[in-house]
Amino acid sequence: MPTYRFSVNGEQVAVDAPADTPLLWVLRDRLGITGPKYGCGVGVCKACTSHIDGAAVTPCTVPVSDCQGRKVTTIEGLADGDDLHPVQEAWLTEDVAQCGFCQPGQIMAAAALLKKTKSPTDAEIDAIENVCRCGTYCRIRDAIKRAAAAM
Amino acid sequence: MAGADGRIDPDKSGERKRGIGRRRFLTFAIAAPTLAVGGYVAYDATDAEALPSLPQPADLLDLGDVITLASRPTAWTMALRVETDGTVVFELPRAESGQGITTAVAMLVAEELDAKLSDVRVELADATPSLLWNQFTGGSTGMRTLWEPVRQIAAATRGRLVTAAAKRWGVEASALTTRDSTVVAADGRTLSFGALAVEAAATTAAPVTGLPKDAKNYKLVGTPTGRVDARDIVTGKAKYTMDVEVEGALATVVARPPTIRGTVVSVDDTAAKAIPGVVAVTRIDSGVAVSAKSFDIALKARDALKITWKDGPAVGLSDTNIRSKLRSAVAPLVVPGLLSSYIDAEFDFAFVPHAPMEVLNAVADVREDRAEVWFPCQSPIVAQNEIARVVGLPVDRVTVHVSRAGGSFGRRLFWDPALEAAAVSKKIGKPVRLMWTRQDDTKHGRMRPASHHKIRATHLLGDVQAFEHRMAAVETDLKHGFGEIVSASGAAVSGPADGLLFFHLSATCPYNFGVVTQVLSEVPVPVPTGSWRSVYSANLRTAEEIVVDELAAKLGRDPVKFRTQVLKSARVKAVLAKVAAEGQWGKAMPAGTAQGVGVHEEYRSATACLVEIDARDPKAPRVTRATIAVDVGLPVNPTGLKAQMMGGLMDAISTVLQAGVHIDDGRVREGSFGDFHYARQKHAPIKLDVFVMPPNGRPGGAGELGVPAAAAAVANAYARATRTRPRSFPINF
Repeated sequence: MPTYRFSVNGEQVAVDAPADTPLLWVLRDRLGITGPKYGCGVGVCKACTSHIDGAAVTPCTVPVSDCQGRKVTTIEGLADGDDLHPVQEAWLTEDVAQCGFCQPGQIMAAAALLKKTKSPTDAEIDAIENVCRCGTYCRIRDAIKRAAAAM
Repeated sequence: MAGADGRIDPDKSGERKRGIGRRRFLTFAIAAPTLAVGGYVAYDATDAEALPSLPQPADLLDLGDVITLASRPTAWTMALRVETDGTVVFELPRAESGQGITTAVAMLVAEELDAKLSDVRVELADATPSLLWNQFTGGSTGMRTLWEPVRQIAAATRGRLVTAAAKRWGVEASALTTRDSTVVAADGRTLSFGALAVEAAATTAAPVTGLPKDAKNYKLVGTPTGRVDARDIVTGKAKYTMDVEVEGALATVVARPPTIRGTVVSVDDTAAKAIPGVVAVTRIDSGVAVSAKSFDIALKARDALKITWKDGPAVGLSDTNIRSKLRSAVAPLVVPGLLSSYIDAEFDFAFVPHAPMEVLNAVADVREDRAEVWFPCQSPIVAQNEIARVVGLPVDRVTVHVSRAGGSFGRRLFWDPALEAAAVSKKIGKPVRLMWTRQDDTKHGRMRPASHHKIRATHLLGDVQAFEHRMAAVETDLKHGFGEIVSASGAAVSGPADGLLFFHLSATCPYNFGVVTQVLSEVPVPVPTGSWRSVYSANLRTAEEIVVDELAAKLGRDPVKFRTQVLKSARVKAVLAKVAAEGQWGKAMPAGTAQGVGVHEEYRSATACLVEIDARDPKAPRVTRATIAVDVGLPVNPTGLKAQMMGGLMDAISTVLQAGVHIDDGRVREGSFGDFHYARQKHAPIKLDVFVMPPNGRPGGAGELGVPAAAAAVANAYARATRTRPRSFPINF
């Protein structure tokens, strides 16, 4: 069984698992990090969206072998202690969440987008494919714009 | 409510089952329910031209009234604890699946107690059989069933805290006030609720009024309030069922048949068991369960199983057969009278899965003498009975913890995954965490039944004389306790199956169209169904509002003016006028784009929706703007109410334009959000305004209200933008 070493939310981890083990189950079942959520397992609904080296990925389709030596960030690692990330603050101000299940993934997708584009256009926000079954999209859009202005 | 002399009867201090924990606390329960049902009907003078229609059954007694009646006998036995550290804990016998009931109830408690909202913690109560029918979530009845009991329990508790302070200080209770979780004396001295918890628990008679506040003194109810669990959600701390840590619980998935409800003939699990980390392979009714250390291993082992299957009962049935079954089951229309002309229209709607973001799952730990199950459920008491039967234990040896849900939309009225998890855990003697994959959820989960509709609107000299709606739907499975609720409410009537009873407790036509008849016939088809947000109303209202638009066009009338003239209820006229004004009804629209309206009245609430749609590419239309007005009688949390209407709009956009599933020879064709096209960010309107009408009565229901009106508006806008007459939904399917 190979061993893969990488960091998760700033902490070094060493994971013994078959190469093709999806990162989602390494995080949830082996490391007990339950922020990323299973929504489909095939990279289509994006509920598990997290970051590798700052870019948005879906851990359900990333084999653990791809993580060797890289920086994984989940929703739990976005805030700086009690100081929330501007995207998280905007989510509270706009009262975005309903059931909340997709929101960790939505927030990580938004944070990655704001790293790339300072003030994203409607088209760039529309390009976010994360499914929200409660339909909070309009407030997600408002919160992303609010966070962009605050950053 | 108070006894005859206005004083609250001394309570029987209810000891919680678990006895008093190490922290002393005040538990309070009043046991003096009185029967008060709001069955008011508000009509006003109809215009001379419209032929008035009689009230329909649901106008007089609707599903919410029935559920409220059934919940009353035990409505006041809910427990409110004030702990010595000042925390106020309310055990809410409901499910929270994103509709915001925990936030709204926390607001009611904080308001009536004069406590800080941050001190109030609303927990979901375990299944509690003694609550009988006061532990059911559905039919948008949350606020309607909790409005009176929660406020009265909190107000009575406040009365006892004030009485305890008066005794401590030796002053008149009436001279004391309460604010921010403290009792305040005239001279400024204060005592926190926590400090008074023990003495208040011992207080019996409360000379101070235990009656809820007058609405004009509300400081919290009616003001927009963010979700009480929002911070946990945005930081990833919110725990859903699969996040619950249960020592040694094995990740479990079920190999399911290729056909709906197919059954196992033979299993070869040698390859599966050879995979390191696999602990057990178990045959259960719905397939073959694999339990392992983690889900990646369980999924790999599931795929290594060699199984032969027997076809399910729906094999041989595809959409075309089901539609023709439904079409032939539609009751005949009345032959129109001489001289009058009429519009005939026929509609069909596909199956739609609930597809909550959190797939079905459950944790179960079944032992010899007891069982413990964690899963989100809207009817936990009935579920507890079913689980007890499966594990062969008495009901009081089965504990059902109701966890928060990642969405439901009706799916969690049932307990399918809990039975599976309990069966596996019992067989292998270990706790399990059982998860349906998204493919399982889409291909084997319950669905909104397909339906077929025939409508005939007969009119003479500009007056609608008759409006006949004949609907046939695949039978909705309502065996989650609905029948028992109706009988428990005393409103049970012999005869019609649950579906028809549900239909006549909910379906109404808001217009004066002379003789209005709405008839449902149910067709049994061996496909798993369940109530889906707004149940029959979304399809019923969409079909009817399309015919109302076509009637207006035929009579040469503007769709909004025509509706305003024939609408029965002042509340619906007001919300329609609001969206027409705010949404600039009638403004010029570029070719290929159009406005559309829809109204809906149900759950003692009313709403109207006006959307603009860009259908220049009819294959990829987009709702670009939406204006919604909503009147729920008394909004408790306006921002939570707006969220529900926004969700209803996205359900409407999805199901009218693009989202449904096909049945091919006893199989569901779709498998995930990849081909079940629920709306995404790019399908949401650029501009959305939701207007909450000022209070005018008691709280009505809101959880499902948004879907029917928005679905009608989207369909009507698409029809006007494309100059077509949509008849089959979803339109792009």
